[in-house]
Amino acid sequence: MKLQKPNDVMLQVSMRVITLFIFAFSFYLFLAGHNNPGGGFIGGLMTASAILVLYLAFDMKTITKAIPFSFTTMIGVGLLIAVATGIMSMLFGYPFLTHFFDYFLFPLFGEVELTTALFFDLGVYLVVVGAAMTIILAIAEDDK
Amino acid sequence: MSNLVILPIIIPFIIGAVLIIFAKHHRLQRVISGFTAVGMLILTIYLAFLVYQDGNIVLEASNWPAPFGIVLVADMLATLMLLLTSIISTACLFFAFQTVSSDREKFYFYPFFFFLIVGVNGAFLTGDIFNLFVFFEVMLLSSYALIVHGGTKYQLRESFKYVIINVFASALFVVAVAWLYSVTGTLNMAHISQRVAELEQTGVINVIAILFFIVFASKGALFPLYFWLPRSYYGPPAAIAALFGGLLTKVGIYAIIRVFTLIFYHEPTFTHKGIIVTIAGFTMVLGVLGAVSQFDFKRILSYHIISQVGYMVMGLGIFTPLAVAGAVYYIVHHMIVKTALFLFAGATERITGTTDLRKMGGLIKTHPVLAWLFFISAISLAGIPPFSGFFSKFPIILAGFQEGQHVISGIALLVGLLTLFSMMKIFSYAFWGKQKHTSEQAKTPIGKLLLPIVPLVALTIILGIAAEPIFQYSLLVSEQIMDPSIYIESVLKE
Repeated sequence: MKLQKPNDVMLQVSMRVITLFIFAFSFYLFLAGHNNPGGGFIGGLMTASAILVLYLAFDMKTITKAIPFSFTTMIGVGLLIAVATGIMSMLFGYPFLTHFFDYFLFPLFGEVELTTALFFDLGVYLVVVGAAMTIILAIAEDDK
Repeated sequence: MSNLVILPIIIPFIIGAVLIIFAKHHRLQRVISGFTAVGMLILTIYLAFLVYQDGNIVLEASNWPAPFGIVLVADMLATLMLLLTSIISTACLFFAFQTVSSDREKFYFYPFFFFLIVGVNGAFLTGDIFNLFVFFEVMLLSSYALIVHGGTKYQLRESFKYVIINVFASALFVVAVAWLYSVTGTLNMAHISQRVAELEQTGVINVIAILFFIVFASKGALFPLYFWLPRSYYGPPAAIAALFGGLLTKVGIYAIIRVFTLIFYHEPTFTHKGIIVTIAGFTMVLGVLGAVSQFDFKRILSYHIISQVGYMVMGLGIFTPLAVAGAVYYIVHHMIVKTALFLFAGATERITGTTDLRKMGGLIKTHPVLAWLFFISAISLAGIPPFSGFFSKFPIILAGFQEGQHVISGIALLVGLLTLFSMMKIFSYAFWGKQKHTSEQAKTPIGKLLLPIVPLVALTIILGIAAEPIFQYSLLVSEQIMDPSIYIESVLKE
């Protein structure tokens, strides 16, 4: 059978919009973290799924061009960020991984809780995105 | 509170993460990992010295007080194991520099190597039973990656079994932890120990104890759960096999020793002198019989791991200070000598291109230094004085006779004889006899390969000649772990 050029204009156009929403929601989940359902792991998985949808709609080359860094490097950076938050508390003389939080008043947002645990979550987020994408792409590339 | 205790866990962690980023620069990877390994060696020596001088160091991670948060406890046993880990990992790493091909290096060999160390060090240091599970998983996940590293057909087939048995054992581990938690209501090991002492070790707690024993026995390759070991350790390159052979099963044994001296020590006639000693006997005999029947360098060594793990558990089972000190000494001796022997297997494989003993011969003529260094390690393993093997078996067997455990002590002596027989089999096949490798192979230079092994051989000689101070140290370790109140007081500060 002759392979036809796929007609996926609808998919590509709609995905461009939908991924924005998925990204936004995953970022919300990431920030919701430590007090509500959410956090780095779930946010990371959802971001990975958003990137994956892009891979489905477009082809590999386009997306690789759009995302110019390797996902394995992302795992390394994520691990370093996570462990760095632990080490920061060591530098101030507290036990490893001690976390702090306080409430700040911002214009427009009102009172916001800021925590150091967020940076740890950021590390987890990067590791999860990196690991999920590495696994999926490794399996996808097997076809060739 | 001292953050020093966390360093053996986070330094390899950071280096592992950095090495992921520099995965494609293999020279840079070697430099970074080499310096880290040596740095870890210095750090663990310092830590062991500090604990020896000032007593246990405890860190309450995240500043949550025990028993609510996770604690890290560096006592004498833990720091001794840390020190051994860094000695072995340094030797294996420098051996890997010369033997692991650069293709494999690029596929994240060094990051996984360091994450394995993270898991092992974490398992030694943690004072929380669920955290112990977590670090076991860190160690196992890295070991899965390392054991299939290179991806030959044999490796994939055999490591599948390795993965299956370990995943199953990990599931059992979680069940055991959950059960223990439902009975005692805590996960902190010191706190569990207190609660178990209050509850008295009867009925359900004995069942949980046996469940933990089964879990750690399958990780530590005890009878009847050792079948995965000889075949899966045969596949990977010598540096990885040496690291696994020296290190991984001993983490399981460490966990058995920790759990059965700190938590489940109230019914020694049932758990220790009954079950553990019986299992130790079977493990020793069947392991050594497996070794005697083999004709492959690496396989003989792998079967010997099994039989010698039996000695360590036997020392614990007899459960007197002398016997436990013997077990500790045996772990020290075994980790060093076993790693050296696996590395020798790698060096001879480099020369002859095979590990089949029937295809080797006459190495003593072409490579005399290799042959005599191997000879020292081999008779040390078999327990010939004045090397470390003799001084580590002696207290265990002596304590066995003192306690009236004549059968197991007799078995231990017989197994020592068979060990000697199979080590001499390797020596006479591979090193004596007619030269079977070509004259080109005979010119293979191995001086550089021997460099990482020589310190290990020197250590086994030192451990034998300086047996007195080192045995005093193991006796201190054993007295400390036989008295759980020291551990509990340092954690809960009562």
